[in-house]
Amino acid sequence: MNLDLRIPMGLMFLLVGIILSAFGLATQGSAIYAKSLGYNANLDWGVVLLVFGGIMFLLGRSGQKKALGAPRKPADEGTVRRGH
Amino acid sequence: MTHTTLTYVDWLIMLLYFVFVLGIGFALKRYMKTSKDFFQAGRALPAWICGLAFISANLGAQEVIGMGASGAKYGIATSHFYWIGAIPAMIFVGIFMMPFYYGSKARSVPEFLRLRFDEKTRALNACSFAVMTVFSSGISMYAMARLIQTLHVFDYLFLSTGLPLGWIFHLSIVLSAIIVLGYIFLGGLTSAIYNEVLQFFLIIAGFLPLVLIGLKNVGGWNGLKASLPQGYMHSWQGMEHANTNPLGVEWFGLAMGLGFVLSFGYWCTDFLVIQTAMATDSQENARRVPLIAAIPKMFFPFLVILPGLLAIGAATPHITTVEHKDASGAIIRETSVPSEIEAQGKGLVPAKVDPITGKIVLDASGKPLLDYDLAIPSMLLHYFPTGILGLGLTALLASFMSGMAGNVTAFNTVWTYDLYQSYIKKGASDKHYLAMGRWATVGGILLSMATAYAATGFNNIMDTLQLVFSFVNAPLFATFLLGMFWKRATGNGAFVGLVSGTAAAVVHHGLTLPIEAAHTGIHGGWIAVVHHYPSDMAQNFWTAIWAFSTNFVVTIVVSLFGKPKPESELVGLVHSLTPKPEMGHVIWWKRPEALAVLLLVMVITLNVIFR
Repeated sequence: MNLDLRIPMGLMFLLVGIILSAFGLATQGSAIYAKSLGYNANLDWGVVLLVFGGIMFLLGRSGQKKALGAPRKPADEGTVRRGH
Repeated sequence: MTHTTLTYVDWLIMLLYFVFVLGIGFALKRYMKTSKDFFQAGRALPAWICGLAFISANLGAQEVIGMGASGAKYGIATSHFYWIGAIPAMIFVGIFMMPFYYGSKARSVPEFLRLRFDEKTRALNACSFAVMTVFSSGISMYAMARLIQTLHVFDYLFLSTGLPLGWIFHLSIVLSAIIVLGYIFLGGLTSAIYNEVLQFFLIIAGFLPLVLIGLKNVGGWNGLKASLPQGYMHSWQGMEHANTNPLGVEWFGLAMGLGFVLSFGYWCTDFLVIQTAMATDSQENARRVPLIAAIPKMFFPFLVILPGLLAIGAATPHITTVEHKDASGAIIRETSVPSEIEAQGKGLVPAKVDPITGKIVLDASGKPLLDYDLAIPSMLLHYFPTGILGLGLTALLASFMSGMAGNVTAFNTVWTYDLYQSYIKKGASDKHYLAMGRWATVGGILLSMATAYAATGFNNIMDTLQLVFSFVNAPLFATFLLGMFWKRATGNGAFVGLVSGTAAAVVHHGLTLPIEAAHTGIHGGWIAVVHHYPSDMAQNFWTAIWAFSTNFVVTIVVSLFGKPKPESELVGLVHSLTPKPEMGHVIWWKRPEALAVLLLVMVITLNVIFR
């Protein structure tokens, strides 16, 4: 497939990570964290997901570039190529 | 259960997930040119993607909710469903069976049966399989809708828009149907596989922090051990007799019923999982798919069973007062009073409520019964503040949809190739079958919805699925085993064997009853009760053993009376007549066999640690 899964997947986790950590920053010290035993679960886990998503996205991008740069084998009509 | 109000962050995360899931479908639509692209993902996906999809396809309601429930009910012994009931079978299918599935060029498991045996064996398998996939997908859908209703997470949204709360169930069914339909209709198997991988990571992202916070709360691993009832942390204790362990089954029934018959019947023959391995780009990779899948599968108990244990080990909610200072420095006290359902439960597992009367269900001794299926959802609501709660709920929804999607793609392929193309309309254009595949997706979803509305019965979803699998899948493995490893097996033998195996399963179920069952009927004993089992799990395992053995014996006997296929027609389909996969060019530690040995060592180690 020409679509490397790591690109949309990385992007999704990157966005979720950004949303969670931004919300975590805005709610620092809030009473909502009594539930998670005082940890700012949104900020901590948001950063983890942000990093994970970012790495996935970059790996996907470089994989896609490599696949596009590689010489194409002659393929039959309708044959799909793998992007990574 | 306490009403939880979701905030905009939670909704945003959920919405983001839906957008990406459908977005992947749209992005893939332009690659769906032939029926091969749609049904088989063009046989062009990398092994790691298919490997993660291989286990994700099975990550439906059964896994996340069911395993958490069993973890809370039986403890670490639930890990038998992974370490005994999955890993050995996954290794076997990768090493020994995949060369025949992939190499035979069959497009589906029923089609393999036609190549190896005959038309009628294929038809029988295709029909029973199609019914089973729709049933499973419907159960997933039903469970999700019930869960959303029980958690009351949508209540606020409904109340504020003036809609009746009773519509939450219908909305959940319709919404999940539209989303799954949308992405499969657009992108076929590729879309299902991509989304299964996305869901796999999402489930980890949603559940790992839950396990970490839960562990912290009970005082780490040692604290968990101390807070649990005796035997919860051991998987093999008391296994020498059915009456001395919580599962109510002895080691032989467990190893033969679950570890061999049910597990091999599922992982080695079910097209739901096999389809993902068959979507890879080479036979070598197809063999690697189940092995790659086995690595995370082995550690999934820590993600789905452990929360169940943590839920039981946590303190039962009582009246608490939390003090904190607001912006002006004033001290604010917030007192939370748990509902009666929570207070009557054990740990974070709430008491079971009768859906009709709204009262707590009591057992014979007057103690409240526990609603184990709510172990994981209660954990999410208890530990997750708004924000990450949205992520946790999205992971839960993802797991349900992932289970549905795998079933629907398996259904559309089997319907189109094995039923429609074979018996209804032969020789049509590829374009026609591609269109049929899309419409079969719509049909499959509609039938799932019908099943969802019809589904009621057991309180533990996993038991229901195990029962269905034991009727349909348990005899099946004998057919494949004999088909792939005994060249003398004939089509008539396979067909009669399969029918007898399923009949044996049904009859065995009709003649036996678990002790805990209040009355005969769906739990068994509907012909006459000639034997009582200590638990319904033991009954399921033994039903499977009977079905398998009957099929095995009948297939051999009938085959011996018939004329086998000429050997030339069996090349690539039977072990002794097929050249071994050429692996000379691959360095030894990269070969599937090396990975298989490593997996075996790992799984044995886990069993020893948690014995």
